[in-house]
Amino acid sequence: MTLASLLVQLLGGLAGASTLFLTSAGLSLIFGVTRVVNFAHGSLFMVGVYTAWTAGQWLRPILPGSAGGFWLAVLLSTVVVAALGALLEVLILRRIYRAPELFQLLATFAVALVLRDGCLWLWGPEDLLGPRVPGLTGAIPVLGMPFPRYDAALIAIGPLVLGLLHLVLTRTRFGILVRAATQDREMVSALGVAESRLFTSVFAIGAGLAGLAGALQLPREPANLGLDLPAISDAFVVVVVGGLGSLPGAFLAALLISLVKAACIALGTVELGGFSFAFPRLTLVAEFLVMAIVLVMRPYGLMGRAAAAPRSLATTLPAENAAGAPGRWPWGLLVVGLILLPWLAAGSPYTTVVLVDVFCFSLFAMSLFFIMGPGGMHSFGHAAYFGLGAYGAAIVLKASGWPMLWALLLGPLGGFAGALIFGWFSVRLSGVYLAMLTLAFSQIVWSIIYQWDDLTGGSNGLTGLWPAPWLSAQVPGATANAAYYLLTLICVAIAVLVLRRVLDAPFGLALRAGRDSPQRAESIGINVHAVQWAAFCVAGTAAGLAGVLYAFSKGSISPDLVHVGRSIDGLVMVLLGGVEALAGPLIGAAAFTLLQDTAGRSFDYWRAATGVVMLLIVLVFPQGLAGLFRMRRRPSTT
Amino acid sequence: MSTASLPAAASPILAVSRLCAWYGRAQILFDIDLTLARGEVVALMGRNGAGKSTTLKAIMGLLDRVQGSIRLEGADIRGKPAWHIARAGLGYVPEDRRIFTELTVMENLAVGRQARRSDAPLWTVDKVFELFPNLGRMRNRRGGEMSGGEQQMLTVARTLMGNPRVILLDEPSEGVAPLIVEQMAAMILDLKHEGLSVLLSEQNPAFAGAVSDRACILEKGQVQFDGSMRSLIDSPEIGRAFLGL
Amino acid sequence: MTGQATHSTLSRTVLLSVRGLAKSFGGVQAVRGVDFEVGAGELLALIGPNGAGKSTCFNMINGQIRPDQGSIRLGNPDHSKELVGLTPRKVWRLGVGRTFQIAAVFGSMSVIENVQMALLSHARELHEFWRPARAQHRAQALELLDAVGLADQATLPVATLAYGQVKAVELAVALANQPRLLLMDEPTAGMAPAERVALMALTRRLVTERGTSVLFTEHSMDVVFAFADRVVVLARGEVIAQGSVTAVRQDPRVREAYFGSGRLT
Ligand SMILES: Nc1ncnc2c1ncn2[C@@H]1O[C@H](COP(=O)(O)OP(=O)(O)OP(=O)(O)O)[C@@H](O)[C@H]1O
Ligand SMILES: Nc1ncnc2c1ncn2[C@@H]1O[C@H](COP(=O)(O)OP(=O)(O)OP(=O)(O)O)[C@@H](O)[C@H]1O
Ligand SMILES: [Mg+2]
Ligand SMILES: [Mg+2]
Repeated sequence: MTLASLLVQLLGGLAGASTLFLTSAGLSLIFGVTRVVNFAHGSLFMVGVYTAWTAGQWLRPILPGSAGGFWLAVLLSTVVVAALGALLEVLILRRIYRAPELFQLLATFAVALVLRDGCLWLWGPEDLLGPRVPGLTGAIPVLGMPFPRYDAALIAIGPLVLGLLHLVLTRTRFGILVRAATQDREMVSALGVAESRLFTSVFAIGAGLAGLAGALQLPREPANLGLDLPAISDAFVVVVVGGLGSLPGAFLAALLISLVKAACIALGTVELGGFSFAFPRLTLVAEFLVMAIVLVMRPYGLMGRAAAAPRSLATTLPAENAAGAPGRWPWGLLVVGLILLPWLAAGSPYTTVVLVDVFCFSLFAMSLFFIMGPGGMHSFGHAAYFGLGAYGAAIVLKASGWPMLWALLLGPLGGFAGALIFGWFSVRLSGVYLAMLTLAFSQIVWSIIYQWDDLTGGSNGLTGLWPAPWLSAQVPGATANAAYYLLTLICVAIAVLVLRRVLDAPFGLALRAGRDSPQRAESIGINVHAVQWAAFCVAGTAAGLAGVLYAFSKGSISPDLVHVGRSIDGLVMVLLGGVEALAGPLIGAAAFTLLQDTAGRSFDYWRAATGVVMLLIVLVFPQGLAGLFRMRRRPSTT
Repeated sequence: MSTASLPAAASPILAVSRLCAWYGRAQILFDIDLTLARGEVVALMGRNGAGKSTTLKAIMGLLDRVQGSIRLEGADIRGKPAWHIARAGLGYVPEDRRIFTELTVMENLAVGRQARRSDAPLWTVDKVFELFPNLGRMRNRRGGEMSGGEQQMLTVARTLMGNPRVILLDEPSEGVAPLIVEQMAAMILDLKHEGLSVLLSEQNPAFAGAVSDRACILEKGQVQFDGSMRSLIDSPEIGRAFLGL
Repeated sequence: MTGQATHSTLSRTVLLSVRGLAKSFGGVQAVRGVDFEVGAGELLALIGPNGAGKSTCFNMINGQIRPDQGSIRLGNPDHSKELVGLTPRKVWRLGVGRTFQIAAVFGSMSVIENVQMALLSHARELHEFWRPARAQHRAQALELLDAVGLADQATLPVATLAYGQVKAVELAVALANQPRLLLMDEPTAGMAPAERVALMALTRRLVTERGTSVLFTEHSMDVVFAFADRVVVLARGEVIAQGSVTAVRQDPRVREAYFGSGRLT
């Protein structure tokens, strides 16, 4: 590798940094003002790419061969995506600002599902190749190596937009209002500012930036349906590494991450003291490594500041131990009913198969709820512990040849160990920073599992993980998997009971204390970090157990277990059920698993169908599904 | 002042009748009746939890569930969003100092700025700093870096920048040094002389007595006494019964 | 303990001794070289204009902010302990409780759970994973709530209390570990006159009964004059006067910097 090729790689990185920055800046603005973690932001980026393609197609016959056509298409798709953002805000988000925190995440996740299938429907599954930009084709020689002209133009756009946004935010009244609303929008409104208009415009601007980024990306990357997830996760990383609310920080972070990635590719495989290390492998996790390092060293990102917690709009904090869950009797009856089910449903064997999934995910969701609700720590990477449990058990079984029962007992320790390490770092942060650090850790786990072929089977995963013979045996008169079904049911029921009990114990109270007011908690002698760390370990172990049970029910595992998608599923389950009640995660897990299963089997557009159902739930029951039960149980207390 | 001696019923600028309000399912206010004449200062008094702050929030449109009628110069504002009510000329100073901690003093004031209304006094940054010289000395300090009392002054200043006709002041003297409390009292009298009306939630009887024309005492969300400040001072048994003086 | 020293307030046993305390935030010198002492069993009022540095002093004693300079020693001079450098947690375990200027409580819990939490922490039972917390230290918590006049509200969610009542909850929480020194930042702000007097009378009773010292700030001069044994006046980060209530009250500098006419508070 020559110096010139390294330089060209790095310059390419700079060009990528521009679009990355634009997407992230939009995300950061929207989050800042509306406190909505906009999961649909990556989808807006993707829509931007597609719209730019279509606009280009329309404009080509009208303005053949001129650069104006391309830039007009860019402008058009910016406007279209901005309008789409405004529409989303008005139609959906506006109705749920008062819902519990993070609930909007669920709504935007649903929107992301709908938008993805919308793109599939409008543009089809094939990749669509972008145009070459007239006037910016060809390359400039850099130390004798060619560097695309278009990329050079892109490099300039990032700083330009940064400067513009900075001016708007600090010099204009609109900017001041945006920053004020970031902290306390109710007060802004009480001072005579029409907050609804402010929110809609911020959403439109944020979405527009995503659209712009998408349109600018088109000449470098074909439009395809896989663009949304990487775009959103990269943007999250950038926002957090830069420091929430800091646009210059986001710019710096975009540069840093793009350059590190470019450098990894440019370095290739390096021989060092007899060891050879393939740097390109690192690109899978480069941004997450950078994020983990930055957050561990600077808990508020590169340029972020410890800000006072924004006023939450929810009028009261959840009181988890208040009558949120149905009493003992309904639960007892439910468990008895489930125990008898394999015999009752002997005619439809699939029922107990799906229910095993439901049980595993119930425990998974419950363990996530444990740190998210009472702990106030929103983990976005909970799948790591699920996966570590599953792989732990698989490795015990495969490598040691010990019986399955040992794997069942030792596997959860994989989740525990992960939580022990990652939790120690994570509890030092809070809010979105914590969420992103957990995400980073889970991505790192994912990439290790994905690449460590010898131990984990790499991308193929591990197969042949069957339960012990006595658990696979046919139970007379019951469904095929009855024995394993009952084992899962019992394990999950016990684990859930234990988690509940712990929440009611002094430890659970201390956990809530640390969430409610860390300042007060510390000043009555509670070591908030220690309590949270312990909670992480408990939750990690429980998630590990869920993973083990899941692995043995499927017979094989793959790195997908640890993928971001699974962590998001967990979040969705918890939020769907409602974070305010203990029954929430269980109900949420059941609803989500069944929904996905039914929609997945019967529909091409199952994502959109799931999304629409979720949106309806969000709009109709803003307290989560468990809120519905509570309303019924306590008709009136005054 | 001639306006102050007008009977309150003549043409109230703010008239609240049969106001009920809830937090969730708990009813906090029960049929509150209140009027405020132009240029009048009314003190809303009562023990902790009597519902003073809730009354102000309900008027300001900050509660989800409110019944009754709230008229600002005859126009019903109940159920309108808070920003609409603010633009109609109602200023609100909350009790828990909700300044914008990330913004500087000047920017905090800028958020409060609104277009001028012909019938309300015009406030400029300079005029506000004349009233609170402390703030003038820290124009570029971030709100989060100010002491509790400084923040309290900033909330009042910020509201004044909206040139309100009626101000809802929730315990302005709380946490403020005695010298500044005196300035606050003088300020309220100044506002009154400029024709502004003030509805003041206040626990400090000396302060309330010095600035208000009338007092309205709440107890458990109901009005127990509504009369001139003088009549309250003259009948100590009322103070003893409802204020614990 | 107060019996041995009667001729001068300063010769009584010292519980807390602050020397040369200084702190600046960026360019702002919030506290510059503050010295004062709190005697055992004494109620000392720290007063001064807004922004004088009172809360900053509290936060340094409590371990929440680290001073730039100076020392803070707790205990009588023979075997005292340096507080500078300790976390709030450690300071609390040494017997220093505190209430905040803007009351800080556990918003999702009931009133009694707030107090139980502090009692559990005092008993070092935080890492109990099994027995339900609800039943623990209940009687003691009720006793404390009774002392601050909240026994009837014990089971209400603390989020539904009026601000004044929240302050009382905070006091009960701060008393849970039977502190030697209680730091109270504007304890009666936002309270009705009768409750102010009640709260401070309660505080006073504690002082005499248990020998607890209290260091408090307050802008309500009624309270200061009626309840403080001694007053320290801060202005712009420096001590400008200290002594008995009568002496400070007549000091012209204090009058000019802080009291004004004193009519309204
Ligand atoms: N967010 C809330 N949710 C539920 N109840 C509330 C809430 N805020 C206040 N309350 C209840 O409403 C009642 C009236 O409270 P409010 O704050 O209006 O009292 P206040 O008269 O202003 O008291 P203070 O002088 O202490 O400020 C209180 O009993 C309180 O418990
Ligand atoms: N984090 C901070 N950063 C910068 N300046 C600060 C910070 N905290 C306090 N200050 C400044 O230090 C000074 C002292 O503040 P402090 O809160 O100690 O005042 P105080 O005496 O408690 O006043 P009050 O009676 O109004 O509560 C003030 O001028 C304040 O603006
Ligand atoms: Mg109030
Ligand atoms: Mg203070």
